[in-house]
Amino acid sequence: MNKILASLAVVSALWIVRNLYVIFLQLPDEADQGAIYRIMFFHIPSWFVCFALFLTSGVLSAYAIGKRNFHADSLAVAATEVGLVFTSIGLVTGMIWARIIWGIWWTWDARLTWAFITFLIYAGYLMMRRMIEEPAERMRVTGVLSVFAFASVVITYKAIDWWRTQHPQPVLSIRTGGGNMDPAMEAMLYSNFVPLLLFAIVLVVLRYRQENNSREIEGLRRLAYSH
Amino acid sequence: MLRQTLAIFVKDLRMEFRGKEALNAAIAFSLVVLILFSFAIDPSVEDLKAMSGGLLWILFAFSGVLLLNRSFSREQANDTLEVLLSLRVSPSALLLGKSLANLVFILLVELIALPVFGVLYNVNILQQPLWLLFTMLLATWAIAIIGTVFAAMTVNLRLRELMLPVIVYPMIIPALAAAIQLTTLALNNEVPTGDNLIWVRLLVGFDIIFTALALGLIDIVLVD
Amino acid sequence: MNALLSADRLTKYYGSFPALRNVSFTVSPGQCLALLGRNGAGKTTLLKLLGGLSKPTEGTLATQARISLLGHGIGVYDELSARQNLHFFAAFSSVPLAVDAWLERVHLLHVADAPLREYSRGMRQRLALARAFMGEPNLLLLDEPFTSLDDKATALLQSLLEEALARGAAILLSTHQIPEAMSLATDILFLERGRLVFSGARPPEMLDDPTWLYRNHGAAS
Repeated sequence: MNKILASLAVVSALWIVRNLYVIFLQLPDEADQGAIYRIMFFHIPSWFVCFALFLTSGVLSAYAIGKRNFHADSLAVAATEVGLVFTSIGLVTGMIWARIIWGIWWTWDARLTWAFITFLIYAGYLMMRRMIEEPAERMRVTGVLSVFAFASVVITYKAIDWWRTQHPQPVLSIRTGGGNMDPAMEAMLYSNFVPLLLFAIVLVVLRYRQENNSREIEGLRRLAYSH
Repeated sequence: MLRQTLAIFVKDLRMEFRGKEALNAAIAFSLVVLILFSFAIDPSVEDLKAMSGGLLWILFAFSGVLLLNRSFSREQANDTLEVLLSLRVSPSALLLGKSLANLVFILLVELIALPVFGVLYNVNILQQPLWLLFTMLLATWAIAIIGTVFAAMTVNLRLRELMLPVIVYPMIIPALAAAIQLTTLALNNEVPTGDNLIWVRLLVGFDIIFTALALGLIDIVLVD
Repeated sequence: MNALLSADRLTKYYGSFPALRNVSFTVSPGQCLALLGRNGAGKTTLLKLLGGLSKPTEGTLATQARISLLGHGIGVYDELSARQNLHFFAAFSSVPLAVDAWLERVHLLHVADAPLREYSRGMRQRLALARAFMGEPNLLLLDEPFTSLDDKATALLQSLLEEALARGAAILLSTHQIPEAMSLATDILFLERGRLVFSGARPPEMLDDPTWLYRNHGAAS
């Protein structure tokens, strides 16, 4: 298992290095945005990864509470935490882009707004986990919260899209002018998604193991104290 | 199940109306917020009408959530929750009864705060009364059903008074967004048509989805 | 004879901590089982499972009995009157209940509409007893019921328990106050570290020597 993880990590690292080379040295500057558009190659794939992770965590939480399965619970926490990391990457890259292009740190663009709300929802989840000490109760309560969170994340996305059509805001996008993208740039968007996803998987597995171990240790401690 | 729901609904109403402490506090709080608004924004007519929906729902959400914690904390005081569970009361009936009671409480606060808002900020609240009531009913149900199930989840926490708002507010944003749009329309004497109907669909859909989720998951929350 | 409740290999884990392990027993009408064990042995966990407050991790619990739980808390609402309290709980019974008759039985009929705030502790305890026995339960689960009861309430509880047994109900009574329990108990369930180490008729030695069971079946500690 460790070998697989290590090789995944290496593959994703190498892939990102190769992508960085292409991004900086081979792709031309974008017509209207100049050099900064390159941050989009991390901003957009981060959303895909973050959504994939939250979807995973929602499904795993549903399984964990349905079957009272602690492994699913540990995986769900791991996926949520890494998802939160990628949400933050999305937020920060978005803010940097907005600052350079428009001179403002924040815009109520649909994706950024959604990311902020999603961040708050899952931060609440992590706070709840810290507050409940008994592992079975923690799994039940935060598992239910996680299922609600995922439903909310999906609905909020649509709702904000509709809100934005009525209250237009500046939009973060790699497309400008006619709405077409250079095929090489589009290819890079998809290409960068894969190594980020691989990297996310490595982080999730590591965190999952750590959560499992700490729960076992806690259980053993209780057992020892009761004698 | 219906009989159990009714019994719990009536019991919670009776318990709150006996003392009315929380209701009075929530109403007082909403009046304080109304005053604070007058300092935060300049109540000149044009801007206000466009913002009226937003102001009202911030007001309603803040005042309403104050009342939610009591649903389950009143069952903790004398360990009555375990008595109810041992009587094989269905957790869904428990949730539904308590959510309906919370709906009544929050609506009451809203119905008192609304005319005060109208008077203080010179907004005619009676222009589209049916649409306004419809919006208030559906959006307040969203707050009530999510707030009540989350109250069950946080009842054992040390920081439950603080954590409940933290987890409830982000989750009800779509319902609040829809309510804000519809309320602003109603207060400007407009009826939702065409594109605006999407907000009605959002509110109804949100209520259905989250009510189903809450009723389905409450067993897991209450029974170890 | 029909068993009122049958527990088969009940196991409950909290995380990886085994609170109950393979606990099996049956409860028949007319039995009074004393549930004994040190603190942390699993008595509360077992009561929670039997009362429907908790689900077992493994094992099965089969019962058709009307169960009534009398736990540590008083189990009635301070904000309502005695009559309102009993009417509320009566709504969950499948048979119609004579609330006023029960209020009379626990000597609270004359103050039935007064707010519970004005009740003394003893009066509250008697209301709790009315609530627990009102539905003619055929299985009573009692967690340390004699603790802090005043003399009136204790006498009332004794007579209610005897009546229940006489009409064929069963009682499961978790307690540390062994002498009081031994006069009522027909059987004993002795838990140690989550396991049922003794299950059977109450040994006559227990009447005179409450620690007999601990010495003869408990693990050396």
